[in-house]
Amino acid sequence: MRGHRNHPLWFAFMLHRLSGLGLALFLPAHFLVLSLALSDPALLDGFLHWADAPLVKLAEFGLVFLLAVHFFGGLRLLALEFMPWSGRQKSWAAGALAGAFLISGSFLLNAV
Amino acid sequence: MTQEHDTLEVSVWRGDADRGQFETHRVPAYDNQTVLDVVSWIQQQVDPTLTYRFACRVGMCGSCAMTVNGTPRWTCRTHVNKVLKDGRLDIAPLRNLPVIKDLVTDMDPFFDKWIRAGGAHAPSASRHDPIVEISPQSEGRATADAGIECINCSVCYAACDTVSANPDYLGPAALQRAWTVVNDEKHGDRQAVLDTVSAAGGCHNCHSMGSCTMHCPNDLDPLGAILGLKRATARGVFKRRR
Repeated sequence: MRGHRNHPLWFAFMLHRLSGLGLALFLPAHFLVLSLALSDPALLDGFLHWADAPLVKLAEFGLVFLLAVHFFGGLRLLALEFMPWSGRQKSWAAGALAGAFLISGSFLLNAV
Repeated sequence: MTQEHDTLEVSVWRGDADRGQFETHRVPAYDNQTVLDVVSWIQQQVDPTLTYRFACRVGMCGSCAMTVNGTPRWTCRTHVNKVLKDGRLDIAPLRNLPVIKDLVTDMDPFFDKWIRAGGAHAPSASRHDPIVEISPQSEGRATADAGIECINCSVCYAACDTVSANPDYLGPAALQRAWTVVNDEKHGDRQAVLDTVSAAGGCHNCHSMGSCTMHCPNDLDPLGAILGLKRATARGVFKRRR
């Protein structure tokens, strides 16, 4: 790691870039599988059966992680670029949002 | 007086635009020592052909910036103790600028971009007009003041990966200058500056990595200035559509 990159905003940039590339690779495959519903339903069924394998389920976690990282990274960029707030105000807003997610997420897990 | 008690292992980049290599020297270590002191010691005691640039030695002129252990820094105000890694220092020229010789880079591309970004002052009045009163507390003046302490050292420019990827990109220092001008009520054509910085190579190329603000030796916030330009130009687009 070169010295000038060793700080949180640069890591946030790289995380956003890598998750974006990962999602860009996933999307064509996603659309291809969806199209099987029309073109080859039997193949789709076979694929869905394969997708139930534990390792694929684990990979799904990675996919949701990429999506979440990219989504919130995008919100971060929008807030950074379009809200003329101070760094401290943004940190408080992000902290409040994260706290709200934590509490409502725990409630949801409890309810399910 | 400080006491000499040990030595540092210092690798210094030697070469020109085409090729070069690091040369390693043992340099006496002192309690109080800047990276520029180390470079000067090598030039004065070991090899007078070592080429580097400095002038004021007090962090005002912006001429002594180099890459120290991978990070761009003003060497005259960088304490060796603060940046030493395992008793070693790697000293190289700044990134993103052509090397002339050893530690000296050609700053022309950097300064040319200040001009390209609309950094030159365009007067809005002549000497015959009355002086317009601007309150130092006004929002525009306060915003402009935040950027005018730039010493043109090019540390932010060397730290920026967007500059590395796109040589056309104006870079943090030139854009911060443009933001200062946009907030200067006495500037004659602020809209022209906004148009310039929103064109190709302008503020919208910035990926908000923040290395400029992170490494600015004067604690300025070029990223904040670029974000200001992004907001101002985006607002301009929506206004024109109405």
